[in-house]
Amino acid sequence: MLELQNITFSAAGEGGKVDIIRDISLTIEDHRYTVITGPNGGGKSTLAKLIAGIEKPISGRILWNGEDITDKSITERAKLGIGFAFQQPVRFKGLTVLDLLRIAAGKTLNTSQACEYLSKVGLCAKDYINREVNASLSGGELKRIEIATVLARNVQLAVFDEPEAGIDLWSFQNLIQVFQEMQAADHSRSILIISHQERILNIADEIIVLSDGRVKAQGTRDEIMPQLSGTDAAVTACEMLQ
Amino acid sequence: MIQMDPIQLRLLKEVADLHDVPEGAYNFRANGGLAGRKTTEHIDITSKPEGSGIDIRIKDGTVNESVHIPVVLSESGMKETVYNDFYIGENCDVLIVAGCGIDNCGKQDAEHDGIHRFFVGKHSKVRYVEKHYGSGDGTGKRILNPVTEVYMEEDSTMEMEMVQIKGVDSTERTTLAELKAGAKLVVRERLMTHGEQNALSVYKVSLNGENSSADVVSRSVARDTSFQKFDACIIGNAACQGHTECDSIIMDRGRILAVPSLEANHVDAALVHEAAIGKIAGDQIIKLMTLGLTEAEAEEQIINGFLK
Repeated sequence: MLELQNITFSAAGEGGKVDIIRDISLTIEDHRYTVITGPNGGGKSTLAKLIAGIEKPISGRILWNGEDITDKSITERAKLGIGFAFQQPVRFKGLTVLDLLRIAAGKTLNTSQACEYLSKVGLCAKDYINREVNASLSGGELKRIEIATVLARNVQLAVFDEPEAGIDLWSFQNLIQVFQEMQAADHSRSILIISHQERILNIADEIIVLSDGRVKAQGTRDEIMPQLSGTDAAVTACEMLQ
Repeated sequence: MIQMDPIQLRLLKEVADLHDVPEGAYNFRANGGLAGRKTTEHIDITSKPEGSGIDIRIKDGTVNESVHIPVVLSESGMKETVYNDFYIGENCDVLIVAGCGIDNCGKQDAEHDGIHRFFVGKHSKVRYVEKHYGSGDGTGKRILNPVTEVYMEEDSTMEMEMVQIKGVDSTERTTLAELKAGAKLVVRERLMTHGEQNALSVYKVSLNGENSSADVVSRSVARDTSFQKFDACIIGNAACQGHTECDSIIMDRGRILAVPSLEANHVDAALVHEAAIGKIAGDQIIKLMTLGLTEAEAEEQIINGFLK
């Protein structure tokens, strides 16, 4: 279980400090599929980074399974079972897809094990396994590899920051299936996704709407979805592809 | 028969990936003397007068054979200059593995300067691997100054892999190449310097024949207070293609000077150079930390991948 208690975060902006996250408190229970949505600039990605330890709050505490992890590093949180997929995946000169998957798994993976993760994200493994994670890969390919690195880890909480962005050619259904399988594989595992995508919102157990650094609404899908229809927080696939 | 002590055998493993006597022809040099030699039906190795080096002669049509000529130095104060000439016949396809390992536990400098000349015959293909390695905790410096000259006949191909990852205090590498029509040269250099090391790498490649080509790529990492200079010049004297690239990671208080240059003396010479120097991107380290690595482990993985 992840608990955020009175989290506040601000960053330097034009004309001084800008509050990005304002006194947010929320709880992500085990085995939940939670989607955080809301308008652009509302603080969603920052919240995900605060959970992964990439950013540190200026006040408030973060508890993971009852343990205070506010001051723990990215590495320590990763070792405690928190996984994070970047919105804009990083490129590496020289490191191959197989290298990244091995690092993610934390053990020696044989090629067929690594291929399983790639197949799940819709990549033909033999074409990719030995490729460098460099500028020769398209944004969509990188995005799928990014998701595969989280699949390769045995995480208890997987945080995906806008996983659908850039993978418009791959059916959303496959992506959703990946998340569902991930959750089904481990009964204590939770999935936390930052997304505007209606089809991702549609399978959430819980939806949190974040706007202007605050939780504007939180509840079950049935409670929240009617409020979102037609807003920026719930974008249909067709609109996204336009 | 090879006679070497444990230190020399360890150096041999580092520079030539050899755990045992290799197949094919070989010439092992240890502390200035001959430690072992084998010739084959197609590959002959003979000593130059006064032990100043060796001549390696590879007969026409020799394919799928290899020559290993590693050198190890484990005596402090040892300084030597060795001239090795490779005469590769026509229509050959061979692997040549050279390399030098120095272990210096003493106060005096140890230096090996290897001057290699390659005469590559028509339609021949050569893969050349050269690794340099230094170890030992003495105050004496470990110095390697290799000179490589490559003379390529029509339609010959040479792939050179030059690696210096650890322990060499000072190196000045000079590589000169002259290519005739249809000849192709590919160079992949990987270099890492640390401590107060200095490394200078100079290439001068002359594309003299029509449709000759060269691709000279260096990847390097400069750590601590080390200094590197990469100076590559490709000269196009005919209708040819040339490309040189220097890609470097700079760390700590390291310094890197990249001087890629091109000289076109023919209207159909197509020459390109690229150079990039930068530190490891913070995002790369963060990504690997989210996969459970510490910052130091992440850095090592990034460097290992970059130099792979």
